[in-house]
This record gives sequence, C-alpha cells and structure tokens, in this order.
Amino acid sequence: MQIDLRTVSIKPIRQTFTHVADRIGPDKAASRYQEGVLNVQADANFHYRPTWDPDHEIFDASRSKVQMADWYAFKDPRQYYYATYTIARARMQETTEADFEFVEKRGLADTFNAAATRKALDLLVPLRHVAWAANMNNSSICAYGYGTAITAPCMFHAMDQLGIAQYLTRVGLLLGDVSSLDDAKQAWLTEPQWQPLRRYVEDTLVLTDPVELYVAQNMALDGLLYPLVYEKFDAMLTAEAGPTVSMLLRFQSDWFAETSRWVDSTVKTAAAESAANAELLSGWAAAWRDRAVEALAPLMDMALGAEAPAALADAVSAFDTRAAKCGLAI
Amino acid sequence: MTMTNDATGTAKKKLGLKERYALMTRGLDWETTYQPMEDVFPYATYEGIKVHDWDKWEDPFRLTMDAYWKYQAEKEQKLYAIMDAFAQNNGHLGLTDARYINALKLFLTGVTPLEYMAHRGFAHVGRQLPGVGARVACQMQSLDELRHAQTQIHSMSNYNKLYDGFHSWRHMHDRVWYLSVPKSFFDDAITAGPFEYMIAIGFSFEYVLTNLLFVPFISGAAYNGDMGAMAFGFSAQSDESRHMTLGLEAIKFMLEQDPDNLPIVQHWIDKWFWRGYRVLTLVAMMLDYMLPKKVMSWKEAWEVYAEQNGGALFADLARYGIRPPLGWQQACDDKDHLSHQAWATFYQYQAAAPFHTWVPSEEDMAWQADKYPDTFDKYYRPRFEQWAQMEAEGNRFNNGTLPLLCQVCQIPMLFTEPGDPTRICYRESEYKGETYHTCSDGCKNIFDHEQEKYIQAWLPVHQIYQGNCFGPDADPTSPDFNPLLEVIKWYGYNVGVDNRPYEGSEDQTNFRAWKQQTTSNAPAAG
Repeated sequence: MQIDLRTVSIKPIRQTFTHVADRIGPDKAASRYQEGVLNVQADANFHYRPTWDPDHEIFDASRSKVQMADWYAFKDPRQYYYATYTIARARMQETTEADFEFVEKRGLADTFNAAATRKALDLLVPLRHVAWAANMNNSSICAYGYGTAITAPCMFHAMDQLGIAQYLTRVGLLLGDVSSLDDAKQAWLTEPQWQPLRRYVEDTLVLTDPVELYVAQNMALDGLLYPLVYEKFDAMLTAEAGPTVSMLLRFQSDWFAETSRWVDSTVKTAAAESAANAELLSGWAAAWRDRAVEALAPLMDMALGAEAPAALADAVSAFDTRAAKCGLAI
Repeated sequence: MTMTNDATGTAKKKLGLKERYALMTRGLDWETTYQPMEDVFPYATYEGIKVHDWDKWEDPFRLTMDAYWKYQAEKEQKLYAIMDAFAQNNGHLGLTDARYINALKLFLTGVTPLEYMAHRGFAHVGRQLPGVGARVACQMQSLDELRHAQTQIHSMSNYNKLYDGFHSWRHMHDRVWYLSVPKSFFDDAITAGPFEYMIAIGFSFEYVLTNLLFVPFISGAAYNGDMGAMAFGFSAQSDESRHMTLGLEAIKFMLEQDPDNLPIVQHWIDKWFWRGYRVLTLVAMMLDYMLPKKVMSWKEAWEVYAEQNGGALFADLARYGIRPPLGWQQACDDKDHLSHQAWATFYQYQAAAPFHTWVPSEEDMAWQADKYPDTFDKYYRPRFEQWAQMEAEGNRFNNGTLPLLCQVCQIPMLFTEPGDPTRICYRESEYKGETYHTCSDGCKNIFDHEQEKYIQAWLPVHQIYQGNCFGPDADPTSPDFNPLLEVIKWYGYNVGVDNRPYEGSEDQTNFRAWKQQTTSNAPAAG
C-alpha cells in the first residue's frame, strides 16, 4: 500500500539554473554535483587586474598553455562537491583511526622488527614533506586554474595531501618519536639520496602553468611514488615483518586508487580536446616522468635494495600504460 | 631506545595538543635551496609588510585534517537532511509571505558568488603566505568557503524550481548594475596582495562586519519560516567562528612583527571598513524593507554589531596604535538613513532589478516610524506615500534615466551629504586629465590612494553607454530599438516576470494558489 503524504503537488516552473540547463537540457533535474560545480566561477567583466599578476585577469585561462573550448568539459568521476567529499573522507578517516588504534592498543609498533622499523622510518617520514609540497601545489592549481570543475577537486586534493602529511607524521611518532621527525627532516634537507626528489619538488613549487603543475605533481610524481611506496615497499615490508605498517598506510593506498580515476579523467579530457593539447601533455608527462624516475631511484635503492630496478621498471611501465589510456603518446 | 610503551600501550611521551599540532603543520615546512624562497613565495614582500619570524604566528585553531573531515561531514549530513525535508514537505508554503523570497534572490545573486570568490582567494593566500601555520588556516577557510557557496546553491535550488529571479544568478553577478557592488568589492580584495587580502576579508569582513551580514539573513530566515536557509546559515556560523579567529590573528601578527606595518595596516582597515560598509547597504535594505516579519531594524543591528562589538574591538586594538577606521562616525550617523535611501532606489529602478519591490504598507511604515523616529516620517514617508498614490492612479513611478555610479563602491549616487539628508553627496577627483566621481569622502579617499586600480573599474552604466551590454541580436540602428530593454535581456532576466513589482507577480499568484491548496479542497488554480 502506498500512502500519499503530500497534501499539495506542485509542478516546478523550471528544473534547474539556466547555466546548468544550458549544458544538460532544460527538462532534466540537475544533480547536486552539477549545480554545485558547473559555471560557478566568475568568467566575465572582472573589475581589476591582480596587483600580483597584472598580465592576467583574476581568473584567466591563458595562465595555461593547454587550451579548452570549455573548461567545464572536465568531469570528476567521483562527482565530489563539498558534502560528498567530506563524507567520503570522514569514512576513510574512521577506518584509519581504527587501524592506528589497533596498532597502538596492542603495542604492535614496539614488537615490529627493528630493521623493518628503521626502513619504514627512513623512507616514510621524509615523505611528509613531499605531501606538504603536494598540498601547496594543489592549492596553487585551485587558485590559478580555470573553472570550478578542475579547481574545486584540486582544493580537495590539497587538503587530502595535508591529511597524508599528518598521517605520515603519526607513523613517525608511532614507530619512533619526535626525534624521528627531526631526523627525517634532516635527511630530507641533506642526505644525498633525498636530494634529487627535493630538487624535483622545489622545481614544481615555482611552476606557473597550472596544468603543467597538475601533470608534474598529480600525474607524474604521485603516479610513480604511490605505487612504489604504497605497493612495492609496503609489500616488501609486510613480507619481511608482518602487516603492522601496512595497516598504517591504508589511507594512502585507498586514496591513490580513488584519486587516480579523477586524475586520469582530467588528463584524458584535456588530451582529447585537441592534438595540440595532447602533444603538450605528452611532452610534460614524459619529461616529468623521467625526472621523477631519476628522483625516486636512489630512494628505491635505499628501500628496496636489489629489487629496486625491477620495481622502478614496473612502475614506469604501469605509468606508460596509464598515460596511453589517457591519450598521451610518451 | 629512549622511550618505551607501558603495558597498556599508551603513547611514549604524551604530547600536548599545541605541540602535537605544531608537529602536524609547522614541522612540514622547510627552507628551499634548489629554488630561492623569493621565487617559491613571490608575492610575500611587495606590499611592504615586514615579517621577521613566522614562528610567532599563533595558530588560531588547531584542527588536523582527520578531525576536520569528521566534524564537517557530520554537519553536512544534518544540513542536507534538513534541506531535503524542507523541499519534500513544500516548506516554502510555510513562509510568512512570498515577499520574503526576494531577500533570498538578493542573497543568491549578491552573496553566494562572494563565498565562492573567498574560496579561491583563500586558496591563493593559502599558497602564498610564507608562514605554514597561516597557510594551513587559510586553506581550511578556502575549503569552508566552497562549502558555503555550494550549500547556498543547493539550498536555494529548491526555490529556483518554484519562484522567479534565481535562475541566472551566475550570469547576473558578472553583469547586473547593482551586483557590481559586491562583485567589485571581492575583485578588489583578491587583486590586492596577500596581506591586504587578510585584512580585507579575514579581518574587516569576517571579523568586523560578518555579523551584520549573517545575523540579519539567518534571523530573517528564522522569523519568516525558512527552515532551509536558516539551516545553512546556522551551519555556516560554526565555520565563521574559526574564520573570525583567523582574521584577528592575522592583524595582530602583522602589527606585532614590525612597527612599520602599522600605517599600512591602518590604511587597509580604513579602506576595507568603508568598502564592506558600502556593500552592507543591501543588507540594511533587506532588513528594513524586504522581510515581511521583521527581526530588528538596520539601526538596531548597527548599534549592536558595529557600535558595541566593533567599538570593543577597536578599543582592544588601540594598544597596537590602531584607531577606529576613518568613516566610522559617518557610518554611525548614516544608520538612520541608509536603508530608506537604498529601497527607494530599487523601487525606482524596478525594471532593472530581478527581484520584486513594493511600497511599504501602512503597517510597515508605522514600524519604520517607530524604529526611525528622527528621520522616517520627516524625510522618507512622504516619498513612499506619493509613490503609493501614483500606483493607485495606475501611474507607478519608474525611473528611466541611468544613474551616475561611484567609481569605487559602484553604488548609484544615492547617499546624502553628512548632516544634510536633503542633498545628494558628490565627490570628484582628477586623474590623468579625467574626472572620476565618488559617493563619499570614504570612497574618494580610497580612489585617491590607488587611482591606477580604480580607473579599471567595470562600471555598469558606463558600459551600457559604451554599447557593451547588448546581446548579439540587438540592433541599435533599428527604429524601435529600446536600449534599456536590450540591457535587461542581456542581464539574463525573464523580462516582465523577474523585474516587475511584487503586486501581480507570478511569485505572488503562485504562492497564494499553492497555499490555498494546503487548506482547501478546491482544485488547483491555473
């Protein structure tokens, strides 16, 4: 039996806002993702030029060499707007919190093999600085990119990277103590094996083309770093000493799987727009991939030992497959 | 091994909240060497603000990302449940009157786009400030501001399906004459340097003026039965308290870092107080004229939120050498006039506004007279009575002449001389052989300090006269070319529906008919 609870039935006079209807048609109800994202950024009649960048408008597509007829061609396959984003992350953090608590309560960090602990501290803790730079870079893409469809998820991504930096900090505190963070920072600043990566990261901090920065950070660096650290290294550590540390890294591996779908979709959309875009993106992806491999090689030697060359080769080949699926020729 | 866990597994060394938060944020940063710091933070010095030690920045709140996600997700779940229930149950039919909905139109077209700009602005500043504590706080605010923009859009999406004037908020914000007032305000802030942005938005707007924007709208929603808008407003307030502490920390930090910062900061306070105050003209009008069930008068709101709260704030800042903003006294003196002058303007330019206006009823005028005993009957009632009479005679007063706009705040020249409410206030400045007009000493000061910036302003009336506000199919050479009609079309209005008087509007008719369905068994009208 169906009970009609409404006393009044009102026929809407329109389904959605004009700028949304212009894209999806006037007779369709729009999703919250669509209403919260499509055309939300101002795009005309800016009053003043930025005093910090007088060559551009406040929002200016010409900050990138990549050109799009429509910057709302980008679609987030996760359909994130603020509410769906925070709710998804709240679930992930609940799991992560439970994992940390499990390890802490049972004192698993203390019974973790000492050599494996050392390895984990040496590789993972300095990566908090890498995540921090990724936070800054995505904040930058959000600020200087064009169109809410790409800029809003970059802010989500920026905050995710801050969260990852904070989880890595907690790993350092759990496996070691405050001095482990200091040691890791020292290694980041001075140890030779970290310098190529630090150079890579600092070079991205001065990039001014938001789409190139997106490729250098979200596609190339993270596309190689995450599989190497959170799959290869994680698997090796688990094989050697059990799954304790792996539990503490679950957020990152789940996150990479989720966000890769969005990164791929973004790159694919930009590349499909024009041959010129595809060429640009392919060039950036290849150049930053090569630099990332070079930057990660000494760290993988340190972390994976003899398995490093094969692991790197695997990661590069997976990356190339991914890039090809996005329509890049590299 | 220096420390070990005890048997129960509690942490080795218990870290204090502050220490732990510092490790989670400040510890992440480093001095770059492969790229010079001045290239990594290229906008850090050009405004002249001197910072010697970013470590002195006191984190205004300590929220790690895991906690942020958890709290914010809980708030979002509650908020969207309320929004859904409101839509499902036709909550709009519980409103006091459909005139109220016009306040929401003003909000969606005028304020929501600013929330979005704040999101992008804080992303920019959250990237550019060299201090890590400040950056993290700004980024979190950037995310919050996106939340505010999107929850407002989603909340008002329900109204858009049933009422006029909401449908093209995005298009209108970039074009419509009075919407260039809030738009130019935020464009001004985001094009300033990162430190000025913090004083403009973080301090002046979020700290000094935010209560005058939000409390009237949220209370107005509550008083008029709008559970949907009230819910997003209340939910946003819990974020605002974080934003306010950030703004206050920003100003204190700048003032404590170097005595040379004082005159720069003082000028920004003068400028941004006045810029923000001018934008609030729209709020004053909303409070006094657009709410069927009134909350408080603009004058009362100003006395509580500006004179009392703001007064205490500036007394507190006096120890840094800060004085209350220039223009403060004039703003206090104007509280008896502001809303009346603004509503009269919108009434005259009804054809150019995408919301409905009306002459206040006899009952409303009695309320005005009670709230404004020194001014309403003397200066403003006669005009409204005249217009009511003209309406009754079928001769509504519509002003077809385009007004002169202030070069800075972009409000039509509608404000009167300080101390003389019978004379319009005009100010002029010469720059590079051109004359620029401003509405007040406050706006003139701002202009004279940064002429190169304000001569760029996209002034809607100038743009109309230059022929930049017509659609591609408009033909100015045609004999029956109606320039104002063409402008209105270009604004994206549903002509004759959005921009007409409330009396007889589709909103009024539909609301009445729908409401009748809830209380009678008569078949639906129309």
